[in-house]
This record gives sequence, structure tokens and C-alpha cells, in this order.
Amino acid sequence: MNVFSVPTELDHQAVDQVLDTAGQMGIERMLFDARHVRWIDPNGMVALLAAGAELKKQGGNPRLQLPDNSDVLGYLSRMGFFRQANGIFDLLGRVPKRVSRLSDVLLEITSITANADVHTVIDEVQKRAGHVLASRLGYPATSVVQFSVILSEVCQNIVEHAEGPGWVAVQAYNWTKRLGRYVVVISVMDIGRGFRDSLNDEHSARYGDRWGDSTALEAAFLHGLTRFPDSGRGQGIQQIRRQVQRWDGSITIRSGTARIAQVPEWDITDPVVDGLKSFPGAQISIILPAVK
Amino acid sequence: MMDLTPVTIDVGVLVSKTVTSLHSHLVTRPTGRAVRLAIEAQMAGSGAQSLSVIDLSDVTILDFSCADEVIAKLLQGYLGPDSPEAFFMFRGVGKSHRDQIQVVLERQELVAVAESDTGVRELLGVIEAYDARVWQLLETEGPLVREDFERVFPEPSLDDVLQRLQKRRIVFQSSISGQYHALSQLVDDTL
Repeated sequence: MNVFSVPTELDHQAVDQVLDTAGQMGIERMLFDARHVRWIDPNGMVALLAAGAELKKQGGNPRLQLPDNSDVLGYLSRMGFFRQANGIFDLLGRVPKRVSRLSDVLLEITSITANADVHTVIDEVQKRAGHVLASRLGYPATSVVQFSVILSEVCQNIVEHAEGPGWVAVQAYNWTKRLGRYVVVISVMDIGRGFRDSLNDEHSARYGDRWGDSTALEAAFLHGLTRFPDSGRGQGIQQIRRQVQRWDGSITIRSGTARIAQVPEWDITDPVVDGLKSFPGAQISIILPAVK
Repeated sequence: MMDLTPVTIDVGVLVSKTVTSLHSHLVTRPTGRAVRLAIEAQMAGSGAQSLSVIDLSDVTILDFSCADEVIAKLLQGYLGPDSPEAFFMFRGVGKSHRDQIQVVLERQELVAVAESDTGVRELLGVIEAYDARVWQLLETEGPLVREDFERVFPEPSLDDVLQRLQKRRIVFQSSISGQYHALSQLVDDTL
């Protein structure tokens, strides 16, 4: 059995370790040992699901040893993690009873497989986002519209381009140490075909030998290219980038072996990273900070 | 008399009627496509010339994919040389819709007449500044005949501009009176 020791702080910066490992594993039994996890954010939770689902898709039998820390367990429960994990992992340990939702949860982990799921996400977010965006981030009341549009477009990316299952989760945090203010973290991941495969037929020829995961990400992220010949397509990611920039937020997309990012001054993430271990689909993280 | 068939379309109601589940928000491309097809079906029996008011008053969330279908593709579908002469005015366009509509129109180099939720009429999309001034005169002072325009815009390009505004379906010229009408005036007169 392969054992992967899940990082104790599983956030947007640590998820690569999970995805790299899952992407390289065979279909033999794989244990994700999360006993020592002390902190996990939406990216961490969704990455665990994506990693487990990928192994399962390949015919494997992923197992998840639950965290020892009761706060982490309770948080996973409140975020609806176990509901999603049940069909993916053999869960080792006691799953806590479902308790009331955290006040800063904008969206529990929600699976996205069809457009109807996107409608569910938008309906759910409408109930809570306005209050959290205003009280935690200091955004104007109308920002809930732009926030919903971002979520809609980023979730549609799974349905329209990934052609595979995906998940979304949104939570507000106080990033006291890292940034000294609240942030909202949006995590959207899928294990579908990824950007390179999605764009391959239409656009690979013009890139020649340069074609790969990073050029495919650049094509979609920076130039708005899609596999559809329709000129009305491809604006979703462009407009997400624009709105995230207006809010001084960061957005990163990992797909295949590459990651591309639009980073504000407060973020030290590299704009482009190549040579990661291959993992299918696309993994998107958006971080929106409170106004100063 | 106007020789136009008036059509009023409440998108909020149409979304409920058109999409299988009841969705109060205009999100996702399939939803937008369904709404656009429903609008087109509603217009199918309206003759060679029609004027439609698309009411967005009850739409809270409009995403880019839906805006592309319900606004840009709808307009684009009636600009071809063999298309029926269909005019559209978008009513109830709030701040929450404006950016998405502007973006999808810009992308397709289209222009549309929009009436804000406070009743202000404006052009969204791509339009030359001079053309917009000509349109604004008609919007404020119309109906007008060519000579009325000429007094304010004596430049020789005026005929080209009027022709362009007509071709882009944001100005209507009556084949009976020869007068130019802003779409908002037609709406006020006919609906």
C-alpha cells in the first residue's frame, strides 16, 4: 500500500503535494493519511476529493485516514466534505455527525456535473454571500452580483470544457498572519480533460513545438481562446480575471503539468510554473481580500 | 402610422416558462440559449418588421454566457441581409447587468438600445462618438426628418451615418412618412 502523508496545513499553497502524488500513483491501494492535518481550506478539501476521485477513476481504491483534530473534523463536516468523500474514499476513523453550518461558509462543497448544478450554486450563494462580502471583505452590497457571475462562469468551465466531474467550495477566513485581513477563498477543481486537451484540435498547430500545458493555459487565460469557433466564447475566464483584479485578488489555474496565475502585489505566487507532476483536469483557486 | 409589429418580452417570466426548472437567475449558456430560442419563437409570427422590448427588470444575476446568448446572439441573428427587420430595446437594464451586456456587445462589435431601471435610454456596445451624437439627437428630439438632422450635423457624412444607424437596427425610418424614429419613441407609441 502507498501511504501519502497529507500536509498539516493543507491550503492553496500545499495542494500541489496532494495532486502531484495522486497523479503519479498507480491503481494500487493508496492511503491518504490526514491524521496530522491541523488546518485545511476549500482548496485542500477539494484537492483531496479530486485526488481520490482520480485514483478511483483509474480503478484504484483510495482510503482516507481522518484527522485526529476534532476542530478539523468538525470543519470538514460543516463544509459537507464527508457527503462528497463517501463515494470516493474508504473513510478510516469516526465521521462526526453533521453540525450547523459555519457563518463564514459561503458555499459548502458542491459537486458540479451539469448546468443545473451551476444554478444550484448561484441560488445558494445568493442567500449568504451578500452579508459575508459586506461584513468580512467590506465590499459594496452590489458585489454579490459580480461574485455570483464569477462563480457561474468558473463552474461552467467544468461543465463545458472539462467533461468530467468537479467540485466547488467557498469560505471566508481571517488571514491574520498572512495578510492581516479577511479573504474569501474560492476553489473549483475537476478531473476532466484539462486545458491542453480541450484546446488541442483547434489551436495546437499554431503553437507548433511550443504546444503544451503552459501554452494552453496562456492561450485560454491570457488570450481567451477556446475550442469553440464562436467568437462569443472564451470571455468567461477573461472577465473573471478582470473582476478579480478589480478586487485586488489572485487567481491561479493548474492544469496538467503547468500553473498560471494573475497575482496582486500581496501574493508571492509565480505567474507561470511549468514541470509539475501531471494531474488531469483543471484546478482553479481564487482569493479575494478585504478592502484595506 | 408605424408599420411595425410590437412585441413585449419579459425575460424573467420567459426564463420560468422556458427552462425546465424554475431559475430566477440568467446563468449558464444553455439557459441563455433556451431563452433566446423562446424569444425567437415568440417573434416568428410578427412579420417582416418587428419591435421587441426585452425586459430584464426581474433578472438579478446575468452572467456573460447568458448575456452572449440573450443579447449578442439574439441581435446578431437579425442583422443578416435576409433576416426580418427586427428591432430590439432592452428595458430594466440595471447596474448589475450593464457590464456583462457591454462586454458581450463589444466582443461582437454590436450596439443595442438600453433603458436603465431609472428610465434613462442609452446605447451599449460599440458605436462611433459621432454616430452616438446623431442617435442622441433623435432620441431627444425625434421623430425627425433628414433636414432636422442636417441643421445640427451639416457634415456630408450624415447620410452614411443615418444609413449605418438603420442598418444596425437602432434607428427606424418609416417607409410611409420617411421620418426617423428612435426605438424608445416607437415603444412609447406602439406598446
